[in-house]
Amino acid sequence: MELTGAQALIKSLEKQQVEVMFGLPGGAILPVYDPILDSSIRHILVRHEQGAGHMAEGYAQVTGRPGVAMVTSGPGATNIVTPLADAYMDSIPLVVVTGQVATTAIGTDAFQESDITGITMGITKHNWLITDVNDIPRVVAEAFHVATTGRPGPVLIDVPKDIANSTMEWYWPEPSELDLPGYHPLTEGDPALVRSAVELLLAAERPVIYAGGGILKARAADSLRELAERTGIPVVTTLMARGSFPDSHPLCLGMPGMHGNYTAVTAMQRSDLLIALGSRFDDRVTGRVDAFAPDAKVIHVDIDPAEHNKVRRADVAVAGDCRLVIDEMLSALDALGLPHSDATRGGSGGAPSDAVEGAPARSGSLAAACPRERLVPWRAQLSEWQQRFPLVYDQQPGSGALKPQFVLEALRDATPDDTIVASGVGQHQMFASQWWQFDHPYTWVNSGGLGTMGFAVPAAIGAKVGRPDKTVWAVDGDGCFQMTAQELVTASSERIPVKIAILNNAYLGMVRQWQEMFYEERYSEVYLSPDLPDYVGWAESMGCVGIRVDSTEEVASAIDKANNIDDRPVVIDFRTDAFEKVYPMVAAGASNDDIMVDPSLLGGDR
Amino acid sequence: MSMYGTDKRHHTLTVLVENKAGVLARVAGLFSRRGYNIFSLAVAPSDDERFSRITIVVDVESSPLDQIMKQLDKLIPVVSITELDPSVARERELLLATLEAGPETRGQLIQLVGVFEGKIIDVGPDRLTVALEGAPRKLDDFEDLIRSYGIVEMQRTGRVALPMLDRSGDHSPLRLADSTTGTNTEKAG
Repeated sequence: MELTGAQALIKSLEKQQVEVMFGLPGGAILPVYDPILDSSIRHILVRHEQGAGHMAEGYAQVTGRPGVAMVTSGPGATNIVTPLADAYMDSIPLVVVTGQVATTAIGTDAFQESDITGITMGITKHNWLITDVNDIPRVVAEAFHVATTGRPGPVLIDVPKDIANSTMEWYWPEPSELDLPGYHPLTEGDPALVRSAVELLLAAERPVIYAGGGILKARAADSLRELAERTGIPVVTTLMARGSFPDSHPLCLGMPGMHGNYTAVTAMQRSDLLIALGSRFDDRVTGRVDAFAPDAKVIHVDIDPAEHNKVRRADVAVAGDCRLVIDEMLSALDALGLPHSDATRGGSGGAPSDAVEGAPARSGSLAAACPRERLVPWRAQLSEWQQRFPLVYDQQPGSGALKPQFVLEALRDATPDDTIVASGVGQHQMFASQWWQFDHPYTWVNSGGLGTMGFAVPAAIGAKVGRPDKTVWAVDGDGCFQMTAQELVTASSERIPVKIAILNNAYLGMVRQWQEMFYEERYSEVYLSPDLPDYVGWAESMGCVGIRVDSTEEVASAIDKANNIDDRPVVIDFRTDAFEKVYPMVAAGASNDDIMVDPSLLGGDR
Repeated sequence: MSMYGTDKRHHTLTVLVENKAGVLARVAGLFSRRGYNIFSLAVAPSDDERFSRITIVVDVESSPLDQIMKQLDKLIPVVSITELDPSVARERELLLATLEAGPETRGQLIQLVGVFEGKIIDVGPDRLTVALEGAPRKLDDFEDLIRSYGIVEMQRTGRVALPMLDRSGDHSPLRLADSTTGTNTEKAG
């Protein structure tokens, strides 16, 4: 069967079971857009290529399947650089197809030419410039294989226009025909190292499981839970791992790091053993590295051996897939005779699910969850910290300024517990991570490593496309919203009913917070405006329902109204307190020992 | 002491890569974006036309060797990496130099080149161009000695290396195993 390169490309995507892709056509990618009309693949036309990339990321994060985006050469390709960098930092599998000028024009500064494989070399797991039409099926198969195996990540395929227009004899490669002699992703961990890890784990007195995004990438949430429950070891979940272990579980300590809660941060600091599972000792978690968890030995499980000893030396470093390695650890526990006691299953010795149901979030029931005598003093210490240093805020009733935390609690309580939450980057992101209760994996979609403002709206759209059965809320800041809001036009026209909660404090709030705390309240270029743009009017002009909320009394009814709209997107403009700061906080470059809790907990003024 | 000298901070990596467009840029880009220093670099096709061999001398003061190797290993076209400790490697380099060689020094220079088993490959009225192949240390010594005669221009290729043969008959190549983690340099995703 003779096909054009363009037809072969679309057929290859179909062979990879691609059901949807996000994109925007242009000159060099024109040939590839023609066969889309005859394809089973749904194409979602975005309003800016950055939106296509973030939608693909949101789709990938909630489905576990690679997100696919397609854009043209030059500016189309450079507009998707930010999502590629974002996906690279957060290990999200993406396959991005870019058009390119004809091979004969490459290197001549042709119209809409850019060296996108050169530009994205450092922010993709790998990329390909196709120079022979016959390579197309094989390269597509290689691209999906590389994006989704090992440590996942974004890949890019650059397709010159003349290649797309030439013809080839169709084939589909067998796995053995992929030409990747240097790529052999890891799977299982070394059994001897796993055994050493388990021995350390059983000897520890103040252990903490430091769960990272790798748990979710490896589909290891169930294995993690079994490990935590059998050993009674408490778990912190990083920003990238929220939902990988239920917040309502008595062993869950919540988020560590710069804006982590006191107990999660301090548990790591005082720990004698960190069990890092798919986490990478990011600077936002460690604070000052030489003061981080000074007494802790480290077990580090990661599929990417380059993460071992990069920031913190590991006592036992296991290279492998998190789920497989945790399962190996569970087998090693069997071999070492750690009993499967019902008492290890959370609260009252019942079925495993008892540990979740009925256990109040962040409550003092940690003590009941730890079966092992050795950990009794440690869990008592953790419970004491949880009681002394809870997350707090002060919502004055009536006309008092609306606190962002109040909005988040109301939203959390009024939505199904498997609601997917997407967020942008800044104060609202930290508030969302702190105040939401994540009890299910793949319900938190955010930009962790790169910190990309404007991520929330398109990521929420991509998430809703991937999981149309779920309620999807984006929690966004007013600064972030203005960066990518135009994608709500995409959502309206494609009938993707996402819901957006703008925490509108009229500032670039996180920068404002730093200027208040570290730059003597010299506010430089952070004021936006609560009224410009008119968010309700803007939302409505994009085909959404727009709602404005100024006071606490209006919060519940607005959320209720939004939850009952399922035929179009909804935007709620929550006018929140501009002066609210995110606590706790570890200042940049400071030790985690110097965590600043909310001043009211220390008897001071907020 | 020559700046080309064999230095404890310098480790030689021979990297087998796929012989495809842009591979050198990927390797060089990795070094620059992660802040690793390349001391010298030589690239040539290997005996198998599908692969090229890049010999990189890295300065491990900038970053631990283990980290450099593991990051390099993550590049998809990198097939294998071998670290060659100078004590277990045969290293060679080529030096070309054009030297001032007036009537009073020409004889001495020709003699010096002879002692080092170099070759005179070009002769002008008051200059000579010499070629010298050998271990990097030998080239360093030669360079030190010719400097006083006046070097007009000089180029060194950067070293290439192969593992020293094991006289016990074990032909498995020397591969670096990470002693702290037990991981090896087999490619990982």
